[in-house]
Amino acid sequence: METVLIAFILMTLSGILLGCIIGAAAKFFFVKSDPRIEDVNEMLPGANCGGCGKAGCSDLARAIVAGECVPGSCPVCSLAVVGRIAAYLGVDAGSSVKKAAVVFCGGSNSKARKSVNYNGINDCISASLIAGGPKDCRFGCMGLASCARVCPFNAIEVIDGLACVHSDICTGCGKCIESCPRKLIRLVPETAPFHVYCNSPEKGVEKKKNCDVACIACRKCLKAAGEDQMKIEGFLAQVNYDNMPGADVIEKAACPTSCISSPENHFPGTLKKENAAR
Amino acid sequence: MSNLHHDDHIYFAGGVHPEEGKYLSESKAIQEAPLLDSYTVILNQHIGAPPKLIVKKGDAVKKGQLLAEAGGFVSAPVHSPTSGTVRNIEDCPGPMGVPLLAVVIDSDGKDEWGSSLEPIADWENTSPDDLKKRISDAGLVGMGGAAFPTHVKLSPPPEKKIDHLIFNGAECEPYLTADHRLMLEYPESVVEGCAIIARVLGVKNIYIGIEANKPDAIKVLREKAASFGVNIIALRVRYPQGAEKQLIYAVTGRKVPAGGLPMDAGCVVQNIGTAVAVTEAVKEGKPLFERVTTVTGEPLANPGNWKFRIGTPVSKAIELAGGVKYSPAKVILGGPMMGFAQKNLQVPVMKNTSGILLLSKEQLVQYESYPCIRCGRCVDACPMNIIPGPLSTMIESGEFELAEKNNLMHCIECGSCAYVCPSFRPLVQHFRRGKAEINARKRKMKK
Repeated sequence: METVLIAFILMTLSGILLGCIIGAAAKFFFVKSDPRIEDVNEMLPGANCGGCGKAGCSDLARAIVAGECVPGSCPVCSLAVVGRIAAYLGVDAGSSVKKAAVVFCGGSNSKARKSVNYNGINDCISASLIAGGPKDCRFGCMGLASCARVCPFNAIEVIDGLACVHSDICTGCGKCIESCPRKLIRLVPETAPFHVYCNSPEKGVEKKKNCDVACIACRKCLKAAGEDQMKIEGFLAQVNYDNMPGADVIEKAACPTSCISSPENHFPGTLKKENAAR
Repeated sequence: MSNLHHDDHIYFAGGVHPEEGKYLSESKAIQEAPLLDSYTVILNQHIGAPPKLIVKKGDAVKKGQLLAEAGGFVSAPVHSPTSGTVRNIEDCPGPMGVPLLAVVIDSDGKDEWGSSLEPIADWENTSPDDLKKRISDAGLVGMGGAAFPTHVKLSPPPEKKIDHLIFNGAECEPYLTADHRLMLEYPESVVEGCAIIARVLGVKNIYIGIEANKPDAIKVLREKAASFGVNIIALRVRYPQGAEKQLIYAVTGRKVPAGGLPMDAGCVVQNIGTAVAVTEAVKEGKPLFERVTTVTGEPLANPGNWKFRIGTPVSKAIELAGGVKYSPAKVILGGPMMGFAQKNLQVPVMKNTSGILLLSKEQLVQYESYPCIRCGRCVDACPMNIIPGPLSTMIESGEFELAEKNNLMHCIECGSCAYVCPSFRPLVQHFRRGKAEINARKRKMKK
C-alpha cells in the first residue's frame, strides 16, 4: 500500500512541476503567428504543386496573409475559392491569368515519320540519349510519357504517340516542363484560341521530310493576324501570348500544314478524361 | 599454345565471353577503299574543344591539307582525305543522332598530296617535344573508340611519374578485327609506333597486350618487337579485357584509383591503331585522314577490313563491302557490346570508327524486359565490381544521389551486366540515363 502511495505522490508532484515548466516555456518562448495563415492554408488546395512559385501551399498562405501575393496567385484554385480567400482577408482578389501547359508538337505516330524501331526504356530522357530518340524529328514529342508520369494531376495523356494536356485538368504547376528533354512544354494562357503546334527550328524543307504537320514558316498566319499578334522566330511561327489573336485567324490563315489549331481540335484522338495517364 | 598463355598474370574479376563472330572477317586482308566522289569530314571528331575551321566554300584542297586547326590544347586538327574542292560546310548526321558541322569535299579524282608535314626519318634522334608536336599536328586521337587527343595523353603533369606504356591489342569486342589485321599486316609500324610514343614519354617498359585468341598476331609481333624493346603479353580472352583499367591490371597488377586516370597508376594506354598512325605521321608526314575499319555482319555479302578515308559515308562503306544479302535489322558503329545503333546511314566514318556491324533480324530478338529478380549475375559479371542490378532500380525510381553513392559513375558502360541479365533489363541504358542526370545536376550546382 505504502509503495503505491509513494509512487502516486511522486508522479503527481513531478506532473505538476513539469506542467509548470511547460506553461512557463509556452509563455516565454511564445511565437506570434497569425491565425489567418492556418485558415488560408485550409482554403488552398493543399496539393503542394509549386505552381505559384512558392515552396508549397502553406508558404503561399503565409505570403498571401503577409500581402506579398494576391489570393489569385494560386493557379489551381477556382475563382470561387480565390474570392473566398479575398473576402476572408478583406483584400483585392487580384487577377492572374490561368495558365495551362501546352505540348508544342503535333507529330503523332500517324503524322511524324519514324525510321527506326525503339525498344528501349519507356522514358523520354533515356530515349533521347540513343541516336536522338525514335522519331526522325529531333525536336518533337517522343510520346514516351515522361511528362505524364510526373504530372501530379494526371492531366497529360499520350494519344497516338503524342503527349496531350487536358487544359481543364491542368493547373499550370509546370512540373512537366522540367521532365521534357526536348523542352517542348510551355505554360501559356488557357484562353489562347489556338497554338502553333511545332517546336522545330529547322528549315521548312527539312521539317517537311520528317513530319506532315510541321510549321514551314510560310507567314500566312502572320498576314492573317498581324505582326503584333504573331511572330516568326527562326523558321517557326509563334503566337504572341501577350497580345493574342482571335480564333478567326485559324480559318483566315488556312495553315497549309494544319500546324495551327485550336486546343480542342489538336488532339489526334478523342479526348477521354478517364483515360488520363496512370 | 601453352606458351601464349601467361598464367602468372592476374586478371580482373567478372567480365563475359560473348560469341566472337570474328571468323567473318579475321582472315580478310586489309583492302584499300577506292576513291569516292565526295567525303563528309566531321569537324568535331574528338573529345574536347571543337577545332577552328580554316577553309571556306569553294576552296581547293589537297590530300592531307589542314581543314581545321586545333581549337585548344584538348583538341585535334582535321585534314582533308583527298584533293578536290570544298562543296559546302554544313550539318551532317552524327553518330549520336545530333547533327554535327562537317566539310563536304568533292573529289577531283587526282588525289594529290598536299600535307605540310615533313617526314621525320631519324626519329630516334629527334627531341620528344618535336615528336609530340608532330603527333598533335597530325590530328591523332585515340582510335579505339573514345577519340581522346593523343598528344594530351602524352603530356602528363610532371608530378605523375609514368613508368609503363601499354598498347591495347586486345580487341575484346566481338566481330571487330581491324586491330588484329593491323598487327598481322603492319607489325613493323605497330612496334615502331610503340617505340616512338615511348620516346615521347621517356618510358622503358613498353607492353602490347593481345588476347590469346589471336595467336598469329602474337607470333608475328614477338618476332618484330624484340629489337625495339617491346614486350608482347598474351591476355586471357575475356570481355572487356581491352578496357583501360582492366588492361592495366592484367599487365602491371596495378589498380587505377576510383575516379582516377591511368596516369594515376603510372600508365599510359594507347590503341594499336594509334601506334600505326603515329608511325605514319612521323615517318611519312601523313596526317590522320584514313583508318582501318571492319565492315562485318551476317547480312553482308563480303565482310572484311577496309582502309577508309575519314568522311566515307557508312552507306558507301557497306556498298564497298559487297552490299547486303538481305536487309539488316540494325547497323551499329563500333562493336556489338559498346557500339551505337545508327538511324541514318549517311553518318560518315570518323577517326574512332573501329567497325561497322550489321545485325540480322534473327540476331536481334526483341526481348521484353522484366523486373530485377536479384539473382546477382550482373554483380558477378561487372568488371568494375559495382552492383548493376540494384543501381538500375535506383535509377528507375529516380534515386540518383543514392546511385551516385553506390558508384554509378565508375560504370564503364561495357554492357557485361546487360549481357548476362536473365530478365533482359536494359541496364546500360539506365546507367547512361543516370549518369546524364547526375552530370546535369552537377552542372546546375556549379552555376
